[in-house]
Amino acid sequence: MSDAPPAVALTAVAKRFGTGDGATLALTGIDLTVAAGEFVSLIGPSGCGKSTLLRVVADLVEPTDGTALVNGKSARRARLDQDYGIAFQQAGLLEWRTVLANVELPLALHGAGRDERRRRALELLELVGLSDFAGHRPSQLSGGMQQRVAIARALARRPALLLMDEPFGALDEMTRERMQTELLRICSETSAAVVFVTHSIPEAVYLSQRVVVMSPRPGRITHLIDVTLGHRDEDVRESGRFFAAITEVREALRGRSAVAQEATS
Amino acid sequence: MRGARSGLSGLWPPVVFGIGFVAAWEWFVVARDVSPFVLPKPSAIFEQVRLSHDRILEAALSTGTNALVGLALGLVAGVGAALLASRVRSLDDALTPLAAAVAAIPIVALTPIFNTMFSSTSTVPRRLVVLIAVFFPVFVNTLKGLRQIEPVHAELMHSYAAGPWTTMRVVRLPAALPFFFTGLRIAASAAVIAAVVSEYFGGLQEGLGPAITSAAAASAYPRAWAIVTAAIALGLAFYLAALLAERVAMPWRRESA
Amino acid sequence: MSGRLRGVHVRRGAMVVLALVALGVLWELYKLVVPDDGVRIGDGLVLPRSDDASMPHLSEIVAVFGEREVAGSAGGGTVAASVLSSLWYSLGLAAAGFVVGVAVGLALAVAMARLAIIRRAVLPYVVLSQTVPLIALAPLVYGWGGNLTLLGWEWQPWMSVSIIAAYLAFFPVAVGALRGLTSPPPVQTELLACFGASWWQTLLRLRLPASVPYLIPALKLAAAAAVVGAIVAEISTGLAGGIGRLIISYAQQATGDPAKVYAPILGAALMGLAAVGLMSLLDVALRRYQPTEVAS
Repeated sequence: MSDAPPAVALTAVAKRFGTGDGATLALTGIDLTVAAGEFVSLIGPSGCGKSTLLRVVADLVEPTDGTALVNGKSARRARLDQDYGIAFQQAGLLEWRTVLANVELPLALHGAGRDERRRRALELLELVGLSDFAGHRPSQLSGGMQQRVAIARALARRPALLLMDEPFGALDEMTRERMQTELLRICSETSAAVVFVTHSIPEAVYLSQRVVVMSPRPGRITHLIDVTLGHRDEDVRESGRFFAAITEVREALRGRSAVAQEATS
Repeated sequence: MRGARSGLSGLWPPVVFGIGFVAAWEWFVVARDVSPFVLPKPSAIFEQVRLSHDRILEAALSTGTNALVGLALGLVAGVGAALLASRVRSLDDALTPLAAAVAAIPIVALTPIFNTMFSSTSTVPRRLVVLIAVFFPVFVNTLKGLRQIEPVHAELMHSYAAGPWTTMRVVRLPAALPFFFTGLRIAASAAVIAAVVSEYFGGLQEGLGPAITSAAAASAYPRAWAIVTAAIALGLAFYLAALLAERVAMPWRRESA
Repeated sequence: MSGRLRGVHVRRGAMVVLALVALGVLWELYKLVVPDDGVRIGDGLVLPRSDDASMPHLSEIVAVFGEREVAGSAGGGTVAASVLSSLWYSLGLAAAGFVVGVAVGLALAVAMARLAIIRRAVLPYVVLSQTVPLIALAPLVYGWGGNLTLLGWEWQPWMSVSIIAAYLAFFPVAVGALRGLTSPPPVQTELLACFGASWWQTLLRLRLPASVPYLIPALKLAAAAAVVGAIVAEISTGLAGGIGRLIISYAQQATGDPAKVYAPILGAALMGLAAVGLMSLLDVALRRYQPTEVAS
């Protein structure tokens, strides 16, 4: 397993939007390595660049500086080779396709045969617990269910890397916690690495092995926090270690603002 | 089943209103002794429909065919132009403001020009007018649909390394269907209206328009109103056909919770 | 208007002019290339004839405006003068119809917004009214002139034209106003209820201002519809004095003077554009009530 290249390797990545005086430095000096099979969260206040960072990895945004390697290749190559799957805050399901056809989409786009597609899509729906809804339309599903379909779709081609941009952001707290548990179960069965962007500290801590704390103006990484909680189940949410880890992340997020306040005062 | 009940319960106010309206009309004409010049009785109109139904049907067929031919050709032209304009920016820039301008112009006024260009014994001028009246709403609405793509879908397609044609096929075209059908609904009605009015410019004596004017000239007002009723029925038929096509082509809209 | 928006409008205007020029070039090119008798498939003409009687040169069309109205007579006005006076007359009829149509549309919209039962009963007919060629009634409504006395006023033939214009104008206003009046979200209507506002106060202070962004495009549509309706009604009825009548009579003279009919048709087109342009001024005047416009 240690022979596998890191899922993500970012070196000195920077991203500037706009030119001249109006330019914003969304990202600067980003160095980050995500090992194969590792679950990493990106957390930080608005404007810290976490979504931009995810999009650099996905090759949806081109960095102005530095290199982004995914699975040992350039991000562009990785996108063309379909080495990752992505899920956004909106499920983005195509309303005119059935749930099954939505999951089949990435397979259909890259030439998989009809039977093979169907089989794989049914397998994935089974994985996310939605086999009974294969023939339904997305509009008949709740928000949480739509996101599960989106996750199933993201896993269609067995990617080595899963990118997720606040996929549970639009859901209520109870559904969120359920989805987090589901996600961990799915990830354990697929051994994909995950880069997960979130606003929520408990979510970041519960899901990840490492939390990457970022801060804005300019967007940069300020802390890398290891989370050692062992096996994650519902009981963990109420354990002392969980709260301790949350506190550590919160302090890291705050610590930066305290520093910023000192700097400006 | 809740769906069926709410559908039916939604039907009674307009039905009651419609029946009440016709009944009030009949009573008004009889009670106030209104002359048929102004307003014939609904019962007299209905009688005329029964009596002249052969002639009416023939006229309706003529007008209807013109409308249908113009509609079909206009649809093809409108969708084709929209597809082109969605890819070629300069075409879009030229046609879209033109379409807005044309919406303010009575297209049927072009009929005399076409009558001289072709010949006044041809159905081409009328069909051409219908084509133009149909082209613009279809073009404008379809283009609007093709231009829209939800950002999340655009990013998704990009993440799949899908090319522009694939994105068009998989996302843009299906997403544009509702817009196309909005245009179709407008176009279907516009086709019949244009077909009828273009007949008021002389030329062939076939069709509902000339039938109405000749009935009016002969002071056979109930019959004239009967033919108008047929024209209304024709317009309704086209509109309902467009609605039906929409339901058939977009089954996912009906299935939503 | 911001500089960027002005740029968009200028570019659009330039593109329309370019398109018209291209159309003119195509016209003359067609006359040059296609044979005089047009192109036939089987029995019917598929492409129009290109001789001077069927497709006059652009120069002839322009020259028509300066012609004497009655060929060979020294008295009487030019074609241009005729066209202008007819346009003015038709515009008046369209304006009268527009006012009536807008008033009826607004009243209907308020009634439908107030009482759900009215909306459920009447809205389907409102929608259907525009899908059917009620314009076919035009010659019959015209017959009301001289035969009908309403509230002591005798029905004039021109009123038939205005009524038809009103009929075409009322629909976009009724539908647009209804949408606008019902557009404020519950959070706003609930707020006013907390202030103890009556339905009419809510109408005045919340719903009407909120409906402005919906009314402006509806009024533009209604203006165009009123003009088109007036002209089409004139064509269907042959009302004297209007541009529709002028188109019919010049069309009848087409064998002698093929270019003549283009004059009133072009005039009619310009009239429609002017009406919509006028409504755009209203758009600017009511800018305060509209959310910030983004260059589309």
